[in-house]
Amino acid sequence: MEVDKKDERESDSSEQVVNPWEVSAKDGGKIDYDKLIDKFGCQRLDESLIDRVQRLTSRQPHVFLRRGVFFAHRDFNEILDAYEKGDKFYLYTGRGPSSEALHLGHLIPFMFTKYLQEAFKVPLVIQLTDDEKCMWKNLSVEESQRLARENAKDIIACGFDVTKTFIFSDFDYVGGAFYKNMVKVSKCVTLNKAMGIFGFSGEDHIGKLSFPPVQAVPSFPSSFPHLFPGKDNLRCLIPCAIDQDPYFRMTRDVAPRLGYSKPALIESSFFPALQGENGKMSASDPNSAIYVTDTAKDIKNKINRYAFSGGQDSVEKHRELGANLEVDIPVKYLSFFLEDDSELEHIKKEYGEGRMLTGEVKKRLTEVLTEMVERHRRSRAAVTDEMVDAFMAVRPLPSMFE
Amino acid sequence: MGFSKDQLLNRLQELEIDYTKYEHPPVLTVEAQAKYVSSSEGALSKNLFFKDKKHRYYIVSAMVDTKVDMKVLSQRLGLGKGGVRMAPEEALAQLLQVSLGCVTPFAVVNESARDVSLLLDQNFKNQKRCIFHPLSNEVSVSLNTSGLDKFLKSIERDPVYVDLEANPAVGKDQPPDLAVYVPSNSVVIPEITSETSTKQTPPPKSVSAEVKPVASAKPSKPASKGKSVVVENSTLLAFKNPEKFVEEIMDKTSALLLSEVAKGENVEALAETRRKLLTSELTHLAIMFKNTAYTEGFHAGKHSQPKRL
Repeated sequence: MEVDKKDERESDSSEQVVNPWEVSAKDGGKIDYDKLIDKFGCQRLDESLIDRVQRLTSRQPHVFLRRGVFFAHRDFNEILDAYEKGDKFYLYTGRGPSSEALHLGHLIPFMFTKYLQEAFKVPLVIQLTDDEKCMWKNLSVEESQRLARENAKDIIACGFDVTKTFIFSDFDYVGGAFYKNMVKVSKCVTLNKAMGIFGFSGEDHIGKLSFPPVQAVPSFPSSFPHLFPGKDNLRCLIPCAIDQDPYFRMTRDVAPRLGYSKPALIESSFFPALQGENGKMSASDPNSAIYVTDTAKDIKNKINRYAFSGGQDSVEKHRELGANLEVDIPVKYLSFFLEDDSELEHIKKEYGEGRMLTGEVKKRLTEVLTEMVERHRRSRAAVTDEMVDAFMAVRPLPSMFE
Repeated sequence: MGFSKDQLLNRLQELEIDYTKYEHPPVLTVEAQAKYVSSSEGALSKNLFFKDKKHRYYIVSAMVDTKVDMKVLSQRLGLGKGGVRMAPEEALAQLLQVSLGCVTPFAVVNESARDVSLLLDQNFKNQKRCIFHPLSNEVSVSLNTSGLDKFLKSIERDPVYVDLEANPAVGKDQPPDLAVYVPSNSVVIPEITSETSTKQTPPPKSVSAEVKPVASAKPSKPASKGKSVVVENSTLLAFKNPEKFVEEIMDKTSALLLSEVAKGENVEALAETRRKLLTSELTHLAIMFKNTAYTEGFHAGKHSQPKRL
């Protein structure tokens, strides 16, 4: 489900492009999220919803909610309504395993999903779309399966509870009830519709055309008879990046026709590349991102050398004018990962008014990221192949709602 | 059981390696050995058995006069300045299968020592003969380095001679010159019960002032459960072992408390944020612990056999 530049596609640079395979802003500028919400027809996640989450979960909302990283949704309020009445839901998210190198941008939906799992005490299914990567990235079947397992380890290291989490790869799991739902969904989407939603053309191979139902059906509990037997009305909440919206627009369109509930979505903005706000990180450019395998030294270097600074050219000018917080990457990154709201506010104020220098902000960011990456690495080291097998075993999860 | 002294000596004879044998009361130090084997017979050796932080083991065998600086050696191996420690007694027993005071190049004949790296003092080559223990500290043998080399090659080991006193710079453009001798595999040693370690009562072999003793006489931990517990990286162990798990929690909590006391002012506000961070960290630790336990159960379930009727 990852987004990378697709060469054959002609992008209209006067319009921003956001779909599962390409994300680019208008005229190389910033992504206009308001326009995106309008165009896609989803809702802004406002303060009242965040407060509601706080009340229902009796804990502070996740930093990504407080800072507006997860900023859009579809039917999240309905999920909360049902939850309040005692009707649970399950979570569904996924990853397209196209590379072994995972960067921080990749971890964001998983970090958020882990919080949702803990806060709401609900089960989670994680789809590894190895078939998609095999098709789009022209990887061999074996390689995409291998990457799926490797990526699973990093995902598990984010701290998911094995008694409430089912990880599956398409190559392993598609079949049975899952496939039956896929066929049902396929019957409801014409070729023309698919080409319209996903931009397929007569040149694309038929594998690509038939993929969208694979990503759609995990939204339906009947796709997992070993997990949700008899719970056909269980609702689904999908945390994902906003570029995945097309898949689920299609799914929500089809659901009522199959007698299923529409999945709800909670969507995030893109994590900017180190070099600046045009689009998102790319797994193919090592200096555009901080990887989970980076050492403390690498992180320090990358931030110091490549993180785009909104500070002024000279100290005097900086003290006079302050930093441009709109384009400053270190502050942006801190807003994603610095837990302490008041510290972030302080940094923004001091830096924006010129009293704090770029070096200090970068230093703080390096600390925060190093700690995060270190923690991830320690957990990752504890994930064995056996643990992956356990997470991926088709087994019931009796304590999934506890 | 490991190779015995007699098996080793037989092997030397089979290989037609010329050596002279000296029997004496058990000796644990070079000084004691020197009383029974005079230097006219050959150059006495001091033998160090140490390990690095990744549980890789090394034997360094040197002339008594050669100055061996562990810090320099550690750097030359690419392990940083303080990357090595004397190996614990259990390792001596498990890997080299010799007793205290008996570290010797010959110990690598044991299969259990296959991942132990052996570094020999290049000064040995200038000597007519050198003296080592043949797996027993009641015997010493003197032989020429060519004989030692022949023996090592017979067990498919490349003899490695190093200028142990050299102190080359190690930096960005000068890679550590001995890094190639770092074993590719680390070794896990099952923890043994306290009974086994108390067997080694005499003090370890003492050598010249610069060099630390062969095996530190530290008490080994008793086995925590009935089954043997693998000594891994301590963080990883926190995910598996309840005692380590609790230790990790206590360490983190007391660190938090200490830092709060140190800060003094505005303790309450500080406490709230730090408490949140600590809670999140500990919850993460607990989840990994749970996942590890579940995985072990899963493995057991997969491999369990049906009840015999």
